[in-house]
Amino acid sequence: MQVIDSQEPEVLAELDPLECIDTEQVPEAYKEKAYDEANAPGSLLVYGLFGVLFGLILVKSEVVSWFRIQEMFRFHSFHLHGVIGSAGVVAATSVALIKKLGIKTIHGEPIQIAPKVWTGIGTRYWLGGIFFGIGWALVGACPGPLFALVGGGVSVLIVAIAGALAGTWTYAFFRHRLPH
Amino acid sequence: MIEFISQPWPWYVAGPLIGFIVPALLIFGGKQFGLSSNLRHMCAATIPARLDFFRYDWRRTGLWNLMMLAGIMVGGFIGMNLLASPDPDIHLSAKTVTALGDIGVSDFSGFVPTEFVSWKGLATLPGLIMVLGGGFFVGFGARYAGGCTSGHAISGLANLQVPSLVAVLGFFVGGLFVTFVVLPFIL
Repeated sequence: MQVIDSQEPEVLAELDPLECIDTEQVPEAYKEKAYDEANAPGSLLVYGLFGVLFGLILVKSEVVSWFRIQEMFRFHSFHLHGVIGSAGVVAATSVALIKKLGIKTIHGEPIQIAPKVWTGIGTRYWLGGIFFGIGWALVGACPGPLFALVGGGVSVLIVAIAGALAGTWTYAFFRHRLPH
Repeated sequence: MIEFISQPWPWYVAGPLIGFIVPALLIFGGKQFGLSSNLRHMCAATIPARLDFFRYDWRRTGLWNLMMLAGIMVGGFIGMNLLASPDPDIHLSAKTVTALGDIGVSDFSGFVPTEFVSWKGLATLPGLIMVLGGGFFVGFGARYAGGCTSGHAISGLANLQVPSLVAVLGFFVGGLFVTFVVLPFIL
């Protein structure tokens, strides 16, 4: 079993720091195959079902609540810290196991998680993070919950999604002039 | 059974379930959990305007994620309608209710403060800033930082990435600024 250390400097050098996070976490040689598999109708259905599960969890745990987000930023309740924290612990343990055991995808590709690229003082992370936090606290929802709420009937948040698309577009337009 | 799962789920049920989505996506197809990339795919699909950031095959690289997003809308529909909690009130901490009451929030029913976050609220300045402005910063900030809550706070931290830790600290700096400075000012 092939275990590839995702922290290898060669991997780092190949990634364009300005690129959006690559969503394909397999070695270069396997990428086209992975795309083909992901776009098979059966796979797309499974991804859709992952979404249904996630949307349901977001609603039932009240992560979609504007009020719960306020409670989180005010540190008045452990609820959302608990949700995000325990999700992180479970995800981190799983990722560590995947790396340690060299677990492959069900199609047999080695899993190689691309590291996030750090340049200079990491401007994009703290500045981008602050902008995102401002939006998160204003509208009380991050991207997943925005779509869950619209699906659940809070139709006004279509306007927030339109705003988010405008924000994404604005970033794309100015990104060569923004410090990263 | 339906009655049991219709109750609000505690953090120690919801959190681990969300956490398992990360290895599930990796093992199913080598995919990284991260939903804000969909905003980029949607721009690339509709108004790429020859920007290099949108010049890629969104269908080939992103259709799986867009399917997941569509699923989230279905999950939201199920959770808020078919499996809606028998008790519609969210049991917030009393301190939060008092603090929000002090800055002008009076309607605590539902998932959003309908005085501001509603079609009617959109006609008010606070409502417009919260919905349209909030949405804009979510989209802009997520792409600038290279990820949102799912991509950085969950996927990124799961892979022990320092950049993600910095981004999450940034989320809180921005969120605290809005909570304690912007909201009291605009509401």
